[in-house]
Amino acid sequence: MRWGVVVFPGSLDDRDALRAAGRVLGDEAVALWHKDRDLRGADCVVLPGGFSYGDYLRCGALAKFSPIMEAVARHGRDGGLVLGICNGFQILCEAGLLPGALVRNRSLSFVCDLVTVRVETTDTFFTHGCNAGEVLELPIKHGEGCYVADEDTLAALEHEQRVVFRYTDRAGRPTPEANPNGALRNIAGVCNAGRNVVGLMPHPEHAVERLTGSVDGLRLFQSVQAWVTRGAAAAPARSAPG
Amino acid sequence: MPPGLLARVYVTPKRGILDPQGKAVQSSLHALGFGEVQDVKVGKYIELRLADAAPAAASARVREMCERLLANGVIEDFRVELGEERR
Repeated sequence: MRWGVVVFPGSLDDRDALRAAGRVLGDEAVALWHKDRDLRGADCVVLPGGFSYGDYLRCGALAKFSPIMEAVARHGRDGGLVLGICNGFQILCEAGLLPGALVRNRSLSFVCDLVTVRVETTDTFFTHGCNAGEVLELPIKHGEGCYVADEDTLAALEHEQRVVFRYTDRAGRPTPEANPNGALRNIAGVCNAGRNVVGLMPHPEHAVERLTGSVDGLRLFQSVQAWVTRGAAAAPARSAPG
Repeated sequence: MPPGLLARVYVTPKRGILDPQGKAVQSSLHALGFGEVQDVKVGKYIELRLADAAPAAASARVREMCERLLANGVIEDFRVELGEERR
């Protein structure tokens, strides 16, 4: 399969995403410049972490108007796979491809840590290789990762099993202590109604090799690879959340 | 430069949205002895100088700017004041 990683001015984690998909997974992985207008045949488009446009105005607010974002939005609307990590998640929310918004951490401090998240649904291209309720160890590093949305949106997300990851302790309990940023309902990642657009604050691309700690992120990348290779027709049936 | 219109845009956190900055400022004000402060919201102030235009049309344009870029309706409210630029 082919991965496309968008590079905005201020992106930081594009290299790690390219490395995870290319060097580690062995797939084709191409960088897509923010001024490009086509996705160069990418099956899965990754919006990486970083500080696109210096986080000016609001995180992700300016990146959503980059020329490439029209193609990304079209890809997402047509059922193509889109993955937003950290700043990429913020951009997807700003662009309206995912509901809600990410605001300043409740602590007002930048957090850089290894956290545990529970896989809430395996019914996405990104998590179908995991078990529902499984706890993964992934790094986070953000100042604006507190997920917020109005009550109706949150209720719909829960009802439609569109919360993909939740911050929990190692036993899988979504406690306040396990919540690093104050995110409502401990939400760490969500998907769109079509389940083909996923955004999350933790960084799976930093957790793909033993040398740097956890390899739990690799399984998420492998999920995407298996999904694309097998074709969506072979997708598993809906699963209950853990 | 001919005198133009000045738009003042105030962007504030929506009611009910957590505003940790406001909370932190409030507790600092309390620590300084300003106990009468009951609530603090920290937002943004944006000034836009506009080319000469009819105020009604300019107002509609600035509102559109707010909706599309300057504010995020999920988490923020905005208010626009339009006036003549003072020189």
